[in-house]
Amino acid sequence: MATAALSRFRQPSVIPGFGLALGFTLAYLSLIVLIPLAALIVRSAGLGWTEFWRLATDQRTLSALKLSFGASVIAAAINTVFGMILAWILVRYRFPGRRIVDAIIDLPFALPTAVAGIALTALYAPNGWIGQWATPLGLKIAYTPIGVVIALTFVSLPFVVRTVQPVLEEIDTQYEEAAATLGAGRLQAVISTVLPSLLPALMTGFALALARSVGEYGSVIFIAGNIPGVSEIAPLLIVIRLEEFNYAGATAVAALMLAISFAMLLVINLIQAWSRRRFGHGA
Amino acid sequence: MDIRIQNIRKEFDRFPALHDVSLDIRSGELIALLGPSGSGKTTLLRLIAGLEFPSAGRIHFGDEDASEKSVQERNVGFVFQHYALFKHMTVADNIGFGLRIRPRGSRPSRRDIRRRASELLDLVQLSGLEKRFPAQLSGGQRQRVALARALAIEPKVLLLDEPFGALDAKVRKELRRWLRELHDRTGHTTVFVTHDQEEAMELADRVVVMSQGRIEQIGTADEIYDDPATPFVFSFIGASSTLPVVVTKGTVTLDGQPLSIAAADLPDGPATLYLRPHELEVVAGGDGAITGTVTAARRSAGSRLVEIAVGTARHHLELQLPAETSVVIGQTIAVSPRRWQIYGTGVGPGRSA
Amino acid sequence: MVLDPSLQAGRDRPRKHLRAATTEAPAVRWTLIAIGLLFLAVFLLLPLAAVFYEALRGGVAAYAEAITDPDAMAAIRLTLLIAAISVPCNLVFGLAAAWAVAKFEFKGKSLLVTLIDLPFSVSPVISGLVYILLFGSQSLLGPWLARHGIGIVFAVPGIVLATIFVTFPFIARELIPLMQEQGTGEEEAAISLGASGWKTFLLVTLPNVKWGLLYGVLLCNARAMGEFGAVSVISGHIRGVTNTMPLHVEILYNEYAFSAAFAVASLLALLALLTLVLKTALEWRFADNIVAARGH
Repeated sequence: MATAALSRFRQPSVIPGFGLALGFTLAYLSLIVLIPLAALIVRSAGLGWTEFWRLATDQRTLSALKLSFGASVIAAAINTVFGMILAWILVRYRFPGRRIVDAIIDLPFALPTAVAGIALTALYAPNGWIGQWATPLGLKIAYTPIGVVIALTFVSLPFVVRTVQPVLEEIDTQYEEAAATLGAGRLQAVISTVLPSLLPALMTGFALALARSVGEYGSVIFIAGNIPGVSEIAPLLIVIRLEEFNYAGATAVAALMLAISFAMLLVINLIQAWSRRRFGHGA
Repeated sequence: MDIRIQNIRKEFDRFPALHDVSLDIRSGELIALLGPSGSGKTTLLRLIAGLEFPSAGRIHFGDEDASEKSVQERNVGFVFQHYALFKHMTVADNIGFGLRIRPRGSRPSRRDIRRRASELLDLVQLSGLEKRFPAQLSGGQRQRVALARALAIEPKVLLLDEPFGALDAKVRKELRRWLRELHDRTGHTTVFVTHDQEEAMELADRVVVMSQGRIEQIGTADEIYDDPATPFVFSFIGASSTLPVVVTKGTVTLDGQPLSIAAADLPDGPATLYLRPHELEVVAGGDGAITGTVTAARRSAGSRLVEIAVGTARHHLELQLPAETSVVIGQTIAVSPRRWQIYGTGVGPGRSA
Repeated sequence: MVLDPSLQAGRDRPRKHLRAATTEAPAVRWTLIAIGLLFLAVFLLLPLAAVFYEALRGGVAAYAEAITDPDAMAAIRLTLLIAAISVPCNLVFGLAAAWAVAKFEFKGKSLLVTLIDLPFSVSPVISGLVYILLFGSQSLLGPWLARHGIGIVFAVPGIVLATIFVTFPFIARELIPLMQEQGTGEEEAAISLGASGWKTFLLVTLPNVKWGLLYGVLLCNARAMGEFGAVSVISGHIRGVTNTMPLHVEILYNEYAFSAAFAVASLLALLALLTLVLKTALEWRFADNIVAARGH
């Protein structure tokens, strides 16, 4: 009986260790990730719908979410444009230092966010290397939403490059050649043949950059100035609520953000599934 | 539109791909560029198309010098080896692409483009597949869509890179016949690249045999097969065996034994005798024949394939004998060639009469 | 000697605009390269340079003093301890998960893979928060833990848990595709030759994935040492006790001890650079043995 049930669940194999490996994996996954996340969901459900709604639609919460999303969308858009250019020059051109440039793109993944945060603040503060040039122009960067965008652009910089790059490497130049033999100019050829194939990768990169930016905390809090309603991001609001021992408030904002993250994860998976169907490869 | 290729040289990063290639293609001709991989045949095709530019030399389309024209200006129809159909466009959009991207002044109306696409689909016998995507077509269908797309821009010449390379054997034979018919109907000057000699011989008016960036021979199937200009052509086309011989005052000797082969026009010295298995026949023996010991024999369809070891050095020689010939391993037999070629070192061929 | 004029012209280089159909004009090419490099210089290199500039602005003596400060030393020790616990935990998990996912076919596999990636889509702040909700004083477990003197929140165990959470997928997501790519043929061969499961794993599977494993460990370690948000929420910021290096940087910065903050930050920046160098070296040297876990 047990054997029959098992064979319906998994295909038989001569390799041992399935039970041990899967058992450990599930136990560890549950303890570290699933149960704690469930605790968050249970706690927010315990608030009751009206209370949750009151906390989630609080003016300060709404403007924090608006800033987190607005700045993240702008940062992801900036990185989509420049990420596309970077992927293009790294894949298609040969120039001195190309391999070093390729390596340095992952810096935001490797550099602790707090370090990035204080470094960016030092640069963009009114007396910083860049800030001192912006101030006379009447442009305040640090301690404003612009600073938030700058920090988010830094932390989400690699996503578009790293999703577009491998896809671009795989694209055979024969499509561009075919367009050229049919009379298409260079720009026409790239727009009509390369861009459609890169679209899923660009969308995935944008979504990944967005997802990372919305949750980002460390690099932003130093440069943002954290003025409630102006330059206060949603993750910071969670921390502030916690420091006020307002667990209900923290839980409500966190649950809302978690729901949004899961929605974005779903969108990313849908893009990739669509891309596999349409183009025969993932983004 | 005739094409004149003059003294083309092409190097990729100092590595020479073509050395001083010249070729005249007559208007309406169907030409095959045949050679092993790395022979430069695809490079030559891409140079004609303008996808690459020569390091030296010129290409004329009719009276026009095409050398300085970009690929867009040359108006060639190019069919890529793997078709390069745009995956995100329907069949009709693929075919209409070349017309759709023209500048506003010379662009046909949407209706005309659609009609042209349908006409071309009729021509390539794929009527009704306008709305399909390339992924929904078979290999042979994709090939024909690629051809229709290339024809849509009314090209001066049609260039095909290994047009049947990606297809299975049965489809390949069908398409070959179909392409020949299509060529005869439309009369485009057509150049195609292939590594398949059967395909080249069967399909082309003239075959250009290439090796290591050079043209070895240009000729009809008969000329190439019966009159190979170089040892490379002899051994590349059809089955062949070679024997090292010595020419002395017009007499050819193998291991010191004179053969009944004349080589009056060859200078004295070592040479190589090229033979084809089916052009050798068993003789009673005696003077002038090639004698050897049978090392292997097997039946293949209507003939018997026999391998013999010739002379003290036991040179390997293949024979294709009538099936009724019976041979025993170890038996000594004598054979005599009906046709042969002798190539001296660095000089032209001597031929069988 | 007759010189055919057309032939003569042919010996010249083709006109400038004649280039292979798949490249852009040099002006376009160099403009794009310049834009790309300028963007990287402003957004990546300047911040990196600023860290070291600010760190050394007060002189080498001040730099050394900031690093050897007892609180800084305690933060360094704690950071190393956290990494030393969380990386091996995730290593064992990564191997187990990859073994189950890559070597067997079972129902719900793709769901499992999605769940393993889940921590990447959760804000670090939430990663810390969930453990407070689970183990904090207001939680169900809180009073019980307090009675038994077990400190998780605002203590080292909490920091370890939060770090394990945020670095959870790194090694698994590197190993799973790599082991899937290698299939089960070699393991089946080893078992058919009489090897035990452990022997097969140690002698056949592990050598095949060792560079990918190292790659995953490298990325996991970098994140474990540098994590800020999750750790910040759960640590309680107790100087010399629950302060990791990134938290110490924050405290110094908020106290306007900028040079000291940047001095400690420069150590983390060096760690990041070392990680990049090793990672790149692995990618160049063992490209085939790494399914670059890019994207995080």
